[in-house]
Amino acid sequence: MILGVTYDLLRWEEKNLIQEANKLGHKVVPIYTKDFYYISSEDFQIQGLDVVLQRNTSHQRALSTSAIFEGLGYKVVNDSRTLVNCENKLITTMLLSSHDIPIPKTGFAFSKEKSIELANKLGYPSVIKPIEGSWGRMVAKVTDEDTLRSFMEYQDFTTLSAKYIYYIQEFVKKPDRDIRIFVIGDEAPVGIYRVNSKNWRTNTALGAIAEPLKIDEELQDLALKVKDIIGGFFLGIDVFEDPERGYLVDEVNGVPEYKNTVRVNQFNVSSYLIKKIEEWIRK
Amino acid sequence: MVTLKCPVCGGQVTVEDDALPGEIIEHDCGAQLEVYNDNGRLAVRLAEQVGEDWGE
Ligand SMILES: [Zn+2]
Repeated sequence: MILGVTYDLLRWEEKNLIQEANKLGHKVVPIYTKDFYYISSEDFQIQGLDVVLQRNTSHQRALSTSAIFEGLGYKVVNDSRTLVNCENKLITTMLLSSHDIPIPKTGFAFSKEKSIELANKLGYPSVIKPIEGSWGRMVAKVTDEDTLRSFMEYQDFTTLSAKYIYYIQEFVKKPDRDIRIFVIGDEAPVGIYRVNSKNWRTNTALGAIAEPLKIDEELQDLALKVKDIIGGFFLGIDVFEDPERGYLVDEVNGVPEYKNTVRVNQFNVSSYLIKKIEEWIRK
Repeated sequence: MVTLKCPVCGGQVTVEDDALPGEIIEHDCGAQLEVYNDNGRLAVRLAEQVGEDWGE
C-alpha cells in the first residue's frame, strides 16, 4: 500500500513508522505540513495514497490536515472527528461521562468566581489544567483557594485559545504511577506504567519512567469501550488506578507517542499499526 | 552527507543526504535546528518553539 505520513516534526515515532513500513514492503510518502498547501480549484498533487497517517505534533495542524485529507476522500488515521473528541479535554470528559465510563470527578467553569465555588465542592487538593495541550504542561495541583486564584491568573496571561475555560478535577489518590494503554485497530495490545515517585504528574515528558504493563481483561475492555465512544484507529489512553473505584479514564491522545512503550515492552508498535491499517483498508 | 551552516553560530552542521524536512538536530552551540527544503535543497533553520497546542 501507499502510506502518506503527515507530520510537522520528525520524531522517533515518525522515522520508525517510515522504516517499518518500508520493511513491510509499503511505499511511504512523507507529507511535511509546512511544505504543504491545498487549493480547492486545483487537482490534488499527491495521488494514489491508500491511507494517510496523522502524525502532526501541533493539534491545530493535525486537526486541519486530517480534515483536508478526509475532504479529498482519503482514509485518515486518526480522522478529524476523533481528534476533536480527544484534543479538547472538555469534550472528552463529557463524551466519556455520558457513556458511563468511570472518570475522575471533574468540573468546568467559565468565570473565576464559579471556579472557586466548584473547587470548594470538589475539595482540595484538586487539579487545574488547560482544556488543550499535553505533556503535563500547565497542569497544576491546587492546595487551596489562594493557589487556585494564582493559577487562574497564570492561565489568563497565556496565549491559550481557551484560557477562560477552567477545567478543575479532583486529585486522584493514585499510586505513584498511571497507565498508558494503546488501542490499535480493534485491539488494545500494549501499554506501560508511567512511574514517577518525585512528581505527581506521571508524563514521561516530565521524567516519569516507563515500565511494562500486563493488560488485564478489564483494562482491555475499558480501552475498547473508550475507542467506541471517541472514535479513531490509533489511540493512547491514560488511566488512573483509584484505590477504591478502580480504573478511571483521564485523557485520550489522538496522535500518541510510543517510543518508551516500544523500548520497555519490545513490542513493535509501528509495524503492528501498519499491519492493522493494511487489514482495515483491504476490507 | 551535506554540510550546512548553523544559522546561530555559523559553525558546520552535517546532515544525512536522505534527511527529511522536519528532522531536528541539536547543534554543538546548543541551538535546536530543523531541516527544511529550500527550493529543492536541504537547509537548516532555528527549530520552532514548542507551541501551546503541542503534545501527544
Ligand atoms: Zn550552532
